[in-house]
Amino acid sequence: MEYFLIIISAIFVNNIVLAQFLGICPFLGVSNKLSTATGMSGAVCFVITLATLVTYLVNKFLLVPLHIEFLQTIAFILVIAALVQMVEIVLKKTSPSLYSALGIFLPLITTNCAVLGVALNVVTKQFTFGGEAHFLNLGESLVYALATSLGYGLAMVIFAGIREHLSLSDVPKAFKGVPIALVTVGILAMAFMGFSGMVK
Amino acid sequence: MSSKVRLILDGFVKNNPTFVLLLGMCPTLATTTSAVNGLSMGLATLFVLVLSNMAISAIAPVVPDKVHIPVYIVVIATFVTLLQLLMQAYTPAVYETLGLFIPLIVVNCIVLGRAEAFASRNGVIASAADGIGVGLGFTLALTVLGAVREILGSGSIFGWKFIPGDGMLAFVMAPGAFICLGYLMVLFNKYLKKE
Repeated sequence: MEYFLIIISAIFVNNIVLAQFLGICPFLGVSNKLSTATGMSGAVCFVITLATLVTYLVNKFLLVPLHIEFLQTIAFILVIAALVQMVEIVLKKTSPSLYSALGIFLPLITTNCAVLGVALNVVTKQFTFGGEAHFLNLGESLVYALATSLGYGLAMVIFAGIREHLSLSDVPKAFKGVPIALVTVGILAMAFMGFSGMVK
Repeated sequence: MSSKVRLILDGFVKNNPTFVLLLGMCPTLATTTSAVNGLSMGLATLFVLVLSNMAISAIAPVVPDKVHIPVYIVVIATFVTLLQLLMQAYTPAVYETLGLFIPLIVVNCIVLGRAEAFASRNGVIASAADGIGVGLGFTLALTVLGAVREILGSGSIFGWKFIPGDGMLAFVMAPGAFICLGYLMVLFNKYLKKE
């Protein structure tokens, strides 16, 4: 039941883009076409889940025993950068088709604040999913990371779909490009606010 | 000296990080629930930006080209950690409000962007001036956005309430952030941006 609450909460109620404002740059940057948006969502999904697993373990077995939790930011960004680099190398060797599909999105993920944001959230924030406030354990962290990145994909795909239509419509000159995109995201966020209250 | 002043002024309008370069969108949208929050986030970023710009311009000549991005990120992360510790010690309330977005300055594209585009190929003083200019431009944008959202959302500015009642709550919440920034960008495009 709790896992179910985590999934609903992370995808709909606290959607990472529309409610938590993480990963906005790539969200606006690569949502022009549906195909690139799905590629980016896939890459982000993969890296967020993997990065959360590794940073969770680094935090639990390295930083906490040594009492150097204040180094979380530095340690995590290094782990993420190394991880992205490794994923890139492994994919290139083992699955060239997936590698070329993800293409330029992979290196960009290092500076996607959604990855660092989720990793830091998992180890520093207490969550209440129906029960008492508590830190997530490893299983819950992974489910949370996966669901959050699915929420990212969902927002991205919906927005890319809208944007493809938007590019064909007659928009006033000053609104062209990013301003109209932002207003659209605002309306999308308002729609997602309808989910709030589903999970406390 | 005037070229340094020019660099600072450029950061305000011509290279405004928020309205022109569209960088650092996440903290811009997330922390501007009120003018004070926007201002504090802007100043926190300014702090990291100036120090990392100066440090990077100083070490840039000796950093091998192949590893320059990881090195820059570590330098930036160091200053962010420093800022985190300082804020926890002296302004715990502000640190609590801004929360996750203080450590996330590490991945703010403005900081790495300036390091790469400016600090790595200019002197220490010029880089500091560039950091101040871009940082102030960012602070200004965040404060304006925060002020607009605070006025519409809670009828007050800098905590001073001048419209009775609750205000339009949606402007303090997520949708208001996107919509306000969209409209501010429209105004900026229409009246300030020169082709």
